[in-house]
Order: sequence, then structure tokens, then C-alpha cells
Amino acid sequence: MSCKDNLDKLLPGKSRTWTKFKDQDRVIVPAADLTETMRTLRDQCSMDMLVDVTGVDWLDYEGAKDRFEVVYCLLNVESGERLVVSVMLNEPDLEVDSMTSLYKSADWLEREVYDMFGITFKGHPNPKRLLLPELFAAFPLRKDYPVQGRGERHNFPVITRAES
Amino acid sequence: MAQQLKQLGDSVLWTKLDSAASWARKNSLWPMPFATACCGIELMAASSSRHDLSRFGSEVMRFSPRQCDLMIVAGRVVMKMLPVLQRIWQQMSEPKWCISMGACACTGGVFDTYSVVQGIDRFIPVDMYIPGCPPRPEQLIRALLDLQDKIQNTGTVHFTEFAKRETPEGPVVFEADEIARIRNQDRMKLSLPIYNPRH
Ligand code: SF4
Repeated sequence: MSCKDNLDKLLPGKSRTWTKFKDQDRVIVPAADLTETMRTLRDQCSMDMLVDVTGVDWLDYEGAKDRFEVVYCLLNVESGERLVVSVMLNEPDLEVDSMTSLYKSADWLEREVYDMFGITFKGHPNPKRLLLPELFAAFPLRKDYPVQGRGERHNFPVITRAES
Repeated sequence: MAQQLKQLGDSVLWTKLDSAASWARKNSLWPMPFATACCGIELMAASSSRHDLSRFGSEVMRFSPRQCDLMIVAGRVVMKMLPVLQRIWQQMSEPKWCISMGACACTGGVFDTYSVVQGIDRFIPVDMYIPGCPPRPEQLIRALLDLQDKIQNTGTVHFTEFAKRETPEGPVVFEADEIARIRNQDRMKLSLPIYNPRH
């Protein structure tokens, strides 16, 4: 039985949007249901690996209703079945439950999403930036952030020949 | 006296002290390879047997800045790396020179993004620029020869090239227990150990 039927049977009556792309199931769940859904998927549908967590900024995209999407890619290691779970978020409420309690691999992946999109994860054990310097003030993968930055890279002291 | 000097004949060479010192310096440059990207591969090729940088007295690549007097920045430098680059530059003892190798180190190259520094010469002094993406080892050797000329022509034994210096001290040295202290502070701040999910 596929994950899709399984999930609909185990958690009936929840609002969920299923789509399919190249034989791969994708589901959008409300942010409030995320932990429950993921827990069910892990414990009862044997989705035992969280392959990736990433974000999408749908700003100005044709036909898009929500701004941010957080994407979780799951894998059943034994059967090879995959499922993409995503959550839609809008400003100003950019917070979603952390999956670190279910999957250890979510730790750094969620930190990266925070780093690039500024989405915070409730209950994350170490909510810091992963790649950018601690003092970086913006979230560079948002679509309203200029490609060349806002001058962050120029704020360093200049060492001249006379003083080095 | 004159008679004695004549007797010495060809066994003595006359020169100025400055130029003797510059001659010694230019022929024994110790490069500090600051290779952060693809240009670093060309830098390695330049010092290996085919192109053989050691023909020009510059083969002793050292990974400690204290032992070096020529910094070769080969590759792009990002925001997070720049403080490291500056610290290493300050740790090198004088006299010291800097070669900026490749389009990325000189100008940022094609990487005009929020995190890549657009030319290291904005933040540290540079003596030679090498264009190219990546430059061929021959170009690096050419730059080295030009730098040798520069050292011969401008170097003095009294370091007048650094006379304008106003703040003599380099980076502040770590105290013996400072690193441990910083770590402990961090541990308190972040409530490390990291792998302790609160659930
Ligand atoms: S100049 Fe070209 S070869 Fe050199 S670091 Fe930049 S991209 Fe790489």
C-alpha cells in the first residue's frame, strides 16, 4: 500500500493537498499538522530517512498564493518509496515546528533554511546560522534580496601597507 | 691600503648594502600559498617539476605565515574567509609581499554575489596582479620575476618602505588559556553539547 493511501487512512479528515509529478507523490499540509503527519509517516509508514529540508520563495511567481514553502523529502530506505511533504508559510508568521525530535538529520538542514530564508524552527536545539557569518543581517535566498547583496561584503577594516 | 685592495683582485665584489640585501631577499622568497579555489591547482602545477618554480629561488612553500615573506592569494575569497586572510597577512613578518593570482582574487571575477569579496586589494595591500582564469604557471613565474625586479629596485636594508607605519603591533596574540576560555563561554551561550535536542 502506498504512503498516500496509508496516510489518508491513518489521519483521516485532515486538509491535505496531493499532487503527483513524474510518479512521485507530493503533499502539502497545514503547518499546524506537520509534526503529527511526519510522526505518522515515520512510525507507521516506515519513512525512516529525512533526505532533505529546503525552502522555496514564491514571491511574484505566477499563480502562487503563498510566499514561502518548506519542503521535506522523505525516503523509505527499504522499499525506495519517496514522498515530498511541504508546508506553506506567509509573513509575518514564518515559524514551523522543528523536525529534530523525529529526524536527527533535520538539525543542519533546518539551520540552512533559517540561514537562507529566515524561517524559524520551533524547538530547534541550536537555532544559529549554518553557512553565513553570525553577523550577517539578511536572508540571501529570498527573492527580494539583491543578487549582489546590500554591501555586507564591504564592511571590513582595510589593512594598508603602512599598518600591517 | 690601495695596494692591498688591488691584491684582492676578483675575489671581492663591491656593491651597496641595500642592493646586497635586496638581492638576497629576492632570490629566496618563501611563498605562503593561500589557495582557496581552482587557481590553487595552477599554483601547485607551477611549483611541481614541469614548471619548477624553484628555479627562481621560490620553492619553499610554507604553511606557517611566520616563516613566509610572499603571500600568493590564489582563488576567490569570501566574506567569511576575509578576516582569516587579513590575520594571516598580519602574522607574516616583514619584509613581505603579496601576489594576487587570477581574476577572482583581483576583482571577484564572475562571482559578483553577496558573499564574494570583489578584489582582495580592497582590504590588504597587493604588489602584483596576475590576470587569467586560471592564469598559466608561466604567468605566475612572470609575476614572480617582476616581483623580484620590484624588490631589487625598491628594497632597502633599513625598511624605509615601511617607514610610514604608525601602529607597529600586529594582531593581538592569544593568551595561553584564551581559546579554552572562549570555548567555555560559547558552551554556556549555546548550551552545548550540540547534540542534546530538548525533547
Ligand atoms: S580566476 Fe578562475 S581559476 Fe582562478 S579561482 Fe577564479 S574561477 Fe577559479
